[in-house]
Amino acid sequence: MSDEVRMIPSDQLPGWGRKRGGPAGAAADAELGHAADRGRDHDQPDEVRVVGGRGAGAGHTGPAGPDAEVVGATRRVLDPGDIDLSVRPAGIELPNPITSASGCFASGAEIDRFHDVADLGAVVVKSITLEPRQGLPAPRMAETPSGMLNAIGLQNPGVEAWIAKDLPWLRERGVRVIASVAGRTADDFAQVASALSEVAGDTIVALEVNLSCPNVEDRGLVFACSAPDSAEVVRGVVRAAQVPVFAKLTSDVTDIVEIARSVVAAGADGLTLINTLLGMAIDPETGRPELANTYGGLSGPAIRPVAVRNVHQVHSALPEVPIIGCGGVRTVTDVVQFLRAGASAVAIGTTTFVDPFIAPRVVDGLARWCAERGIAAVSELIGATAPVHPR
Amino acid sequence: MSRRRGGTVEGRSEGPVHAYCEVIARRREGAYWVLSMAAREIAERAQPGQFVQIAVEGQHTLLRRPFSIARVTRQGASAGTVDVVFDAHGPGTSWLTGVETHDVIDVIGPLGTPFPLPQRKVNCLLVGGGYGIAPLYYLAESLLRRGLRVDMINGAATAERIMGAIEAKRLSASVTFTTEDGTYGSRGRVTDVLDEVVETGHTGLVYACGPNPMLRAVSERCVELGIPVQVAVEERMGCGIGVCFTCVVPIVGRDGATRHKRACVEGPVFNGARVGWDRWGVPGGATAAAGQTAPPVASQAQATPPVASQAQAPPPATPHAGAGQPAAPQARTSRSATSPAPGRADAEEEPGSSATSSSRAEPPASSPPPPRPAQVIVFDELDDEESPRPEDAPGTPPSPPDEG
Repeated sequence: MSDEVRMIPSDQLPGWGRKRGGPAGAAADAELGHAADRGRDHDQPDEVRVVGGRGAGAGHTGPAGPDAEVVGATRRVLDPGDIDLSVRPAGIELPNPITSASGCFASGAEIDRFHDVADLGAVVVKSITLEPRQGLPAPRMAETPSGMLNAIGLQNPGVEAWIAKDLPWLRERGVRVIASVAGRTADDFAQVASALSEVAGDTIVALEVNLSCPNVEDRGLVFACSAPDSAEVVRGVVRAAQVPVFAKLTSDVTDIVEIARSVVAAGADGLTLINTLLGMAIDPETGRPELANTYGGLSGPAIRPVAVRNVHQVHSALPEVPIIGCGGVRTVTDVVQFLRAGASAVAIGTTTFVDPFIAPRVVDGLARWCAERGIAAVSELIGATAPVHPR
Repeated sequence: MSRRRGGTVEGRSEGPVHAYCEVIARRREGAYWVLSMAAREIAERAQPGQFVQIAVEGQHTLLRRPFSIARVTRQGASAGTVDVVFDAHGPGTSWLTGVETHDVIDVIGPLGTPFPLPQRKVNCLLVGGGYGIAPLYYLAESLLRRGLRVDMINGAATAERIMGAIEAKRLSASVTFTTEDGTYGSRGRVTDVLDEVVETGHTGLVYACGPNPMLRAVSERCVELGIPVQVAVEERMGCGIGVCFTCVVPIVGRDGATRHKRACVEGPVFNGARVGWDRWGVPGGATAAAGQTAPPVASQAQATPPVASQAQAPPPATPHAGAGQPAAPQARTSRSATSPAPGRADAEEEPGSSATSSSRAEPPASSPPPPRPAQVIVFDELDDEESPRPEDAPGTPPSPPDEG
């Protein structure tokens, strides 16, 4: 492959560049993302106060100020290059907490045309099924306010072809892979997990069980809508797998904590929260659904608050269970929200569609964000929320 | 418009880049808009048929909009510029009509597969619908540099939607204009004049760009005539860079199986004879793997004209590949399904089966001549369509074809 070429000095690329702490640093958050940001709901200004995480007096804080007894308040600004970005969800060593979201990064090679995908903490590949799938007919997508609906139907080459074609490339590039597994039956999942485990090596660091793809022929096949069904699938995958197993759940349930408990009891090492939300759009003139599949999964910034809520809810109930947070992440501050809500890693999905550089941009921006606040390790932010009413 | 200065670029030394591009000019041309931008790296890397993704700022818009590259300039005073042509018909493209000279826009490109260029001498016919002709002018320049004869058919709904009539005359040995209302050229559709132009131009290869119903009609006629045809298709796009799997097109492989290919990385240029036009947007339309069967369906498809609704299809002036706003669904068949029984896939390509589509008032009303076997055209580095083409490479001559 070609060398990566930065044709313009990184300090002219706001929010992007290995030269951490460059003049672009301070503006990073505001500049993150792409032009579509300009229509965005403006993110909260960066918080001034700093709240440490686990092992740093989590949960006790007040407003920043000379008198405030705040963990971190007396910290000095650090060098972004010195920030420890590593995280260890379920024991997987990731150099940074940013992953792709399944189905938003294809096989990895498509984005590698733009930048080295090994720069991500991990690449979560598009869900792999036992058999090749051609997926649903077009139209598969409809843009919605600050989001989009999709109904792809798990198009993928099947586990055999994925192992033969995609995996060797990922291995050669030194990518840490989280392989997403999907299927029609619990046995399908187990067979795919088994096939992947045989070839995992150092490359496949975890499996993600896609229990929650909304675009299946029958809503009854969304395993994540049922605690016993989810548990059955996870049990089979865990039995076959030799790497940690994350269960990806949907928010389209009455009580996500109940589902989370069931998959953890079935052996899941961690959770990915959340998949897309089931939605619909109708052409007002013709009355026809915008998607060939009628319904589809809603993703993008529109769902971020729902995702943050789910992460917080599950983390509050099951604080020891590692979570990969996912849903509408577009900026560094979005990542920080997910970390504070309890995620140990954060997946970027739809934003990759508009900005193929979003992952390295956010990784660099996260280091600067932490450095400016004197946070030496990003892991300190995990689960670090403050009371609504400071004492 | 970005606060960033124009010229900022990130990417690798080959392939697509992300660039902030200063707008050099924005003008009307007939019913369309032409936007010229300073995009040196994109201009250097682009080939005819490829497209760019532009970030737009409509209210709550999220996704970029794809635009075919209409021209690149590599030499002279305006070296390093890229032109796109568009029609304002959605929030994204409407926003783009308000972009001023010297504004900076956010662009990714070049993306997608280019039109493959023939290795041997062959007379080429370029068929454009609406502003779908624009990238074909760009292609014509490459073909002319190879010393090939270029004929054109330029069709639209009405005169103001005929794009670049003067350019067409300059670039072609002959150009035939058609408008549906007869306000310019001959009244009718491009397929009404196709046979005649093929005859007089001794056409050996057809390139087409325009709305999908036109591409289908042109492709089916070319198959009947035994002429190779390359088309730049349109399908709703999410990312344009190959990761979202939104823009899939059913492509019939040599093995007879139909597979969903992404228009953004495996297209937008496809062999028109291999596009599963009947299967596009049809449940179960793509059924590749052995043992994977399509849902059972009524086999009415054989008896009924394939797509009656396309008789009222949008006029040729509707957007071609990449017209901005995730395009309105092309008049899709309202049939709920076709009958892609396993093993029958190749039958879909039998030219005879397409004759039933005469409700579209195109090809010859009288019985068509028996199909001839398609001539074989060897293209530069054209890969087998079974495997995704590395989009950086195909068709790339050793030196840049343009103005080199």
